[in-house]
Amino acid sequence: MFEVFTDLASWLVVDIFGLSKTTKLGDALHFFIEDTTKIFFLLLVMIYAIALLRASMNVERVRDYLAGKHKGIGYLLGSSFGAITPFCSCSSIPVFLGFTSAGIPVGITMSFLITSPLINEVAVLLLLSLLGWKFTLLYVVVGMTVGILGGVFLDAIKAERWLQSFAAKALERGQNAPYKVTAKNSDVLSLKERHTFAKEEMLEIFGRVWKWVIIGVGLGSALHGFVPDGWIEEHLGNGQWWSVPSAVLLGIPLYSNATGVIPVMESLIKQGLPIGTTLAFCMSTVAASFPEFILLKQVMQWQLLAVLFVLLLVAFTLIGWIFNFLTPFI
Amino acid sequence: MKEIKVLGTGCAKCTKTVEIISAIANELNIDIDIKKETDPEVIMAYGVMSTPAVIINEVNVHSGSIPHREAIESWLRD
Repeated sequence: MFEVFTDLASWLVVDIFGLSKTTKLGDALHFFIEDTTKIFFLLLVMIYAIALLRASMNVERVRDYLAGKHKGIGYLLGSSFGAITPFCSCSSIPVFLGFTSAGIPVGITMSFLITSPLINEVAVLLLLSLLGWKFTLLYVVVGMTVGILGGVFLDAIKAERWLQSFAAKALERGQNAPYKVTAKNSDVLSLKERHTFAKEEMLEIFGRVWKWVIIGVGLGSALHGFVPDGWIEEHLGNGQWWSVPSAVLLGIPLYSNATGVIPVMESLIKQGLPIGTTLAFCMSTVAASFPEFILLKQVMQWQLLAVLFVLLLVAFTLIGWIFNFLTPFI
Repeated sequence: MKEIKVLGTGCAKCTKTVEIISAIANELNIDIDIKKETDPEVIMAYGVMSTPAVIINEVNVHSGSIPHREAIESWLRD
């Protein structure tokens, strides 16, 4: 069903710009046009459709649901909600504090916050259309596993002792008082309300991510057109052990969201970069970023930030190694 | 005079919310005292998780998005 975008790109590149697809520029431009038009189309349609379904979902209801849940299932739930609940990364701090003051353990809150940037409907959609369902499934499972195990680990080392004192007090108050459900119960939404929500959501998300798509696909096209065929495969294709930690380290100063990084992933994988190395690089770019850590400093002491940082780096490196090791068997 | 606080940790939408409310109040010739509140501890105290949120005379009237014009007008008028 996506041939129309390939045809559109061919028409523009060959007939309008008069470039041959065998030239580097023509090839890169073709890749760029095909991918951006396809992604823009999918984004608009799918964000609307998904928003229509989840119009009544929000962080307040997730908090009400998670408060007082048993820890064993809490991490899984926290991570699942992280994947499906929309919220702007600029709300991370209020969300963290909202969960904390409801007495939800730090680990469960972090399962939610770690998974959230890694998995969202836009990411899943792009992965499905660019890399296929097997890879998408792999990505989702791995992303949730990082969130869940990260949360379990943080609770195991009693991470709450390193919260800023006002947050620690809020947590204590929350855990000692019985939780009262506070979210407004607007369960029943009319179709018209859902449509309004979905339309706003579509414009909002699209307005936020379109430039990331352009940057991401632009980089992907540059890789596709200008890195000599086989170069990546020859130099990094065997999944040399050091390539994974290097990819993770390289990903830290690069800050992007999942939307921008997925087209780059597509290109890297097509160029022969092993899946594990690619995953490690991309997850590190998306989930470990300095701006986010500076924000978290408002609620966490530096010890906890350092632990979190190392935790993510180790997790992404392990993921890279495991997948590179397993690839021949998949 | 209405005392309005816009809660948010410094995201673009929060700044925009302040601008829109100020502009509409100006248009309607209504005096308001508006300020942006970015301290996470204060935001937590209001129980707000989705920003930007709007607090009018200590009552939380809105959270999670840039409010619509109609909503703002009705808060200012009543």
